[in-house]
Amino acid sequence: MYRPLHPLNSVFLAGTIPLFLGALLSDIAYALSYELQWKNFASWLIVGGLVFGGVSLTWAIVDLFRAGPRGPRIVIHVSALVAVCVLGFIDALVHAADAWASMPAGLVLSAIVAVLAMVATALRIYTSGAGGAT
Amino acid sequence: MKRLLLAIVAFSTVLSACGGNPEPPEYGPAPELPDPQRQLLPTMKIADPAEWGDRRPMVPQGYTIAAIASNLNIPRQTLVLPNGDILIAEGRGGGAPKLTPKDVIAAYIKAKGTSSVASGNRLTLLRDSDGDGIYEGRTIFADNLNAPYGLALVGNHLYVANQNALVRFDYTEGQLQASEPPIVVTYLPSAINHHWTKALTASADGRFLYVGIGSNSNITERGMTAEAERAMVWQVEAQTGAHRRYASGLRNPTALAIQPETEQLWAVVNERDEIGPNLAPDYLTSVQEGGFYGWPYSYWGSNVDTRVRPQNPERVASAIQPDYSLGSHVAALGLAFSQPAMGAQFADGVFVGEHGSWNRGVPVGYKVVFVPFRDGRPTGQPIDFVTGFQEADGKTYGRPVGVTLDPRGALIIADDLSNKVWRVTPARPQVTSPGA
Repeated sequence: MYRPLHPLNSVFLAGTIPLFLGALLSDIAYALSYELQWKNFASWLIVGGLVFGGVSLTWAIVDLFRAGPRGPRIVIHVSALVAVCVLGFIDALVHAADAWASMPAGLVLSAIVAVLAMVATALRIYTSGAGGAT
Repeated sequence: MKRLLLAIVAFSTVLSACGGNPEPPEYGPAPELPDPQRQLLPTMKIADPAEWGDRRPMVPQGYTIAAIASNLNIPRQTLVLPNGDILIAEGRGGGAPKLTPKDVIAAYIKAKGTSSVASGNRLTLLRDSDGDGIYEGRTIFADNLNAPYGLALVGNHLYVANQNALVRFDYTEGQLQASEPPIVVTYLPSAINHHWTKALTASADGRFLYVGIGSNSNITERGMTAEAERAMVWQVEAQTGAHRRYASGLRNPTALAIQPETEQLWAVVNERDEIGPNLAPDYLTSVQEGGFYGWPYSYWGSNVDTRVRPQNPERVASAIQPDYSLGSHVAALGLAFSQPAMGAQFADGVFVGEHGSWNRGVPVGYKVVFVPFRDGRPTGQPIDFVTGFQEADGKTYGRPVGVTLDPRGALIIADDLSNKVWRVTPARPQVTSPGA
């Protein structure tokens, strides 16, 4: 079994899911309504997701350098977290373009990042033993 | 937070340095427009403020320039009164709420290129009693205004366009100080006030006042509802304060002027950012009554801006092409029709004060240009009239705003970075005697 998931890290890691999922849903609402306030919501939710994702990534890198077996799941977990942070940052820049200039790239990126956040979180829970697998 | 901001500033500087060498801007009645460009990070090249020291702005041979007032509190527009006194509107408005992470970061970066002096919210009066070109008299004509910008005198009434209201003072020639607080003629659209400046000029007969009202966003990123009664020119009846929309689709009409011979209204307008270094052209145009000039749906006539949703093809089809491109991003903020007293080369045309760009790798503007007119229309290339506000390394000593013609033969220039007012005169007085 890999290092157990620290309770505080679990908050940051799992927190990326509602933040990026919220950004995706807000982007969808903007695309359907052209109501700019939804895009403002998405922009801030992405910043929140990046803060949480950044803390989790730092934690994951520190864990990697500590003793313990590193299976393929943990490698995918860290890779997914890196992708969340990199693509999430690009998503933030895309959202900084005015009005509809962020579409459709912003919505697509938000969807990819939301899925990656779920993958990263699920894999870390599994490797921690909490998911029943070791 | 501050370190994160600095990291982003550094990152954007690196990216913009890779921006290559943009084509020179296009001027005149038929500019060639490139395709719009999108960048992951908007190019930001912010002025690097520096002290004038012994330097001065540069003027054409045969002209001299001098600072006639310093230590002002953000001078924007000026007005030459019939007795030769000069009124200066000082202040900073706006303060639109920061809705997105971008608003927070961009406001922090852009503030580095402007004066940090507190908003004056006042009118300063300058007087040169003996006509030697030195304005030894200086009083505060009126105080406690709300970011005053546009100024106009009609008979015994001095009109001031605050950022939220058009107000009126009684004025008698020679007066040094307003005798009482101003009367509100009409309130002006001021919610959010992203583009807060309210330009002002009076019709030739003095019956109407024209007020320029800027848009509440670059390109509708604060939502369409924020744009009600924005990006237009109002015609206000001086006597009653009643208003109507005179022209619309003018993104940010920052200066208005009446052409003396034709009594036609003209404007300089600042166009949208973040679609490339050579889009969209800021322009000088005659303002047609009832005309629609494109914003937000299109620029320079019917070039569609795809950032706006919902789109409006009917409005795009009706968009008027402006008269004269001043070049993209120059940020024209001042407009004055010239007179023969300014010398033969600069007798027929307009002076335009250009505050200077931020959204362009190679900065443009930061000078006062002269656009020659022939048969009442702008023609040919703009001619540099006052330069030297910015050096090639980005060091910026001043940023021109309002330009005003003194009929005695001088151009008055407000500079809101160094907080000075400059006066340019022909070295030899160009007296036009009736017998000549």
